[in-house]
Amino acid sequence: MKEILDALEESFGDRVTVSEPLGQTVVQLPAAEIVSVVTFLKSQGFNMLIDVTAVDRLGREPRFDVVYHLYHLDEKAWLRLKVQVGGDEPTVPSIAHVFASANWAERECYDMFGIRFRGHPDLKRILMPDDWNGHPLRKDYPLTGLDPLPPLVRE
Amino acid sequence: MADIETTIGQVDPETGLKPMVINLGPQHPATHGVLRVRVALDGEQIRACEPIIGYLHTGIEKNCEDLTFNQAITLTDRMDYLSPITNNFGYVLGVEKLLGVEVPKRCQYIRVMFAELSRIASHLVWLGTAAMDMGAMSPFFYTMQQREQILDLIEMSAGTRMNPSYFRVGGLLNDLPPGFEEKLRAFLDGFPHWLQEYYALLDRNPIWIERLKGTAPITAEKALDYGWTGPLLRACGIPRDLRKTNPYSSYEDFDFDVITETDGDVYARYHVRMREMKESLKIVRQAIDNLPEGEWHVPGWKIYPPNKQEIGRNMEALIYHFKLFTEGIRVPAGEVYSAVEGPKGEIGYFIVSDGSGKPYRVRVRGPSFYNIAALPTLVQDKMLADVVAAIGSIDIVLGEVDR
Repeated sequence: MKEILDALEESFGDRVTVSEPLGQTVVQLPAAEIVSVVTFLKSQGFNMLIDVTAVDRLGREPRFDVVYHLYHLDEKAWLRLKVQVGGDEPTVPSIAHVFASANWAERECYDMFGIRFRGHPDLKRILMPDDWNGHPLRKDYPLTGLDPLPPLVRE
Repeated sequence: MADIETTIGQVDPETGLKPMVINLGPQHPATHGVLRVRVALDGEQIRACEPIIGYLHTGIEKNCEDLTFNQAITLTDRMDYLSPITNNFGYVLGVEKLLGVEVPKRCQYIRVMFAELSRIASHLVWLGTAAMDMGAMSPFFYTMQQREQILDLIEMSAGTRMNPSYFRVGGLLNDLPPGFEEKLRAFLDGFPHWLQEYYALLDRNPIWIERLKGTAPITAEKALDYGWTGPLLRACGIPRDLRKTNPYSSYEDFDFDVITETDGDVYARYHVRMREMKESLKIVRQAIDNLPEGEWHVPGWKIYPPNKQEIGRNMEALIYHFKLFTEGIRVPAGEVYSAVEGPKGEIGYFIVSDGSGKPYRVRVRGPSFYNIAALPTLVQDKMLADVVAAIGSIDIVLGEVDR
C-alpha cells in the first residue's frame, strides 16, 4: 500500500494530497486528474471500484465533494478519492470506461446531486422519474420535495 | 453488450423483422420485487436487455439526514429487508468508528451470532424463491419453515421479527433473553438435517441441474469490473470475504472457511450459498459456545443510554437520558467508510458527521445495486427463460437497490 501511494505521489506530484483520517487512506485530487489517477491506480492493482457518491457542502465553494472508493484485492485495503467541484453545472470526467461499475453509480450521483459526468455513455436519471424536478440529495432540496406529489394515475 | 435503443430499430436482413420488445415486471413474481427489465427479443433469444430500477425508491439516504444517529438505524433495517441485521451492523460500526469507541467482547460475539443467523435466513429465502422461479415449488415451503425459526430467535431478543433494529450505537437493544440459548441450540442441532433435505430436493434433480449449469456465466475479470461482491464474486473463484480479509467485530476469533467455486455460473452461485450456510452455522455455534460474560454495551451514559432503574434513582442519569433522546449522540466531525460482508455482498456505509446529533450524509453502498447492473452482460444472446434464472441467482432485494 505504501509503495503504491509513493508511486502515486511520484507520478502526480503535488496535484494529489494523501492523508489518513481515522486510519483510512484518502487522496484529494483535482477533477481534471480523476481519469488518469483512477487508471494509474487500476494498473497498480486497485481492481474494484466499490462506490461513487457525493457530499453536498452547501455554503462552501466548490460546493460538492465527489467521493470514490476503490478496493485492492491483494493489499485488502480500501482507498478513498475525493474531488471538489462547484459552479452552476458541476462537472467531473466520467470513469465509466475504466470501471463498468461506475456506469450506474455515476448515474445515481447525477440523479441525486445534479453532478454531470463528462463522457458518460448514457447519463440519465436512475432512481427518480425522468421528468423529476430537482436533485433530492442536495442540501437546499427540502425533505418534503419541491413540488406537490404527482397524481397516482396519469391521464 | 448491445444498446437496447439501437437494437430495437435494427431490421434483420433475412427475415425483414425488427426485434420484439417486452417488459418483464415491474410487477412480476420472478423479478423479486419491483424490478423492470426491458428486453429486445429475436425469437426467444435476447438481443439487448436493460434493467430499470427506482420503483421502490424511498429516499432513505435523504431521510437519514433528518434523524439522529440512533434513529437512522431503523431506516437501515428497511433496505435489505431479508437480512436487516447485517444492515444495522455496517452502520453502527461506522458510527462507533467516528466516536472512537469499541464495544465489549460479549456484544461483538452477539453481533456476529445474529449477523450469521440472518445470513442463513437470507440465503433460505433466496433458495426458496430461486427454486420457485425454476418451477420447483416444494423447497420454498421447507426453507420458509426454517427461516421462521431464525425470525423467532430474532423476535425473542429484539421484539420484532422483521425490522428488529437490534444493534444500537455502542451496544445492543438488550442482552440475550433467558431461554435464548436453549432455543438457539435446538435450532443449531436441527438445521444440518434440513440442509440435507434441501440438497435431497434439488441436488440430483435433473431439471434443476439442466437449468442452472452453464447458465448466465461471467468471468472473474468482468465480475470485478462490475463491482460484484459476496457470494457472486466467490462463485467466480475470487475468495474475497470481508469477514476474512478485513475482519471486524472479532471475526478473527472464529474458525470458518471462505467458500469459492470456479465456474461463475448460476449453478456455482447455488453451491456457494448452500455451503456458506454450513459455515455460518459453524460460526454461530462457536459464538454461543465461547460467549464471553460481562457488559454488552459501552460504559458511561454519553453514548449508550442509562437503564430505567438508574433513571429513577439518579438525577444525572435522567439528564443524560433526556439529552440522548432529544439531541442524539454527539458524534465528532469526520468521514468514515465502514463495510461488512452481508448475505448479498459488501454493505458499505460512508458516513459524514458535522459534529451534531444528526448525520450530515449517509451513503449506502448496497451490494444488489451493483450486482443487478451486470444483468445485461449475463443474459446477452441467451434465451429469455435464462433471465429468470439469472435474476434469481443474483439474489436482489429491491429495497436495497432503490433505497
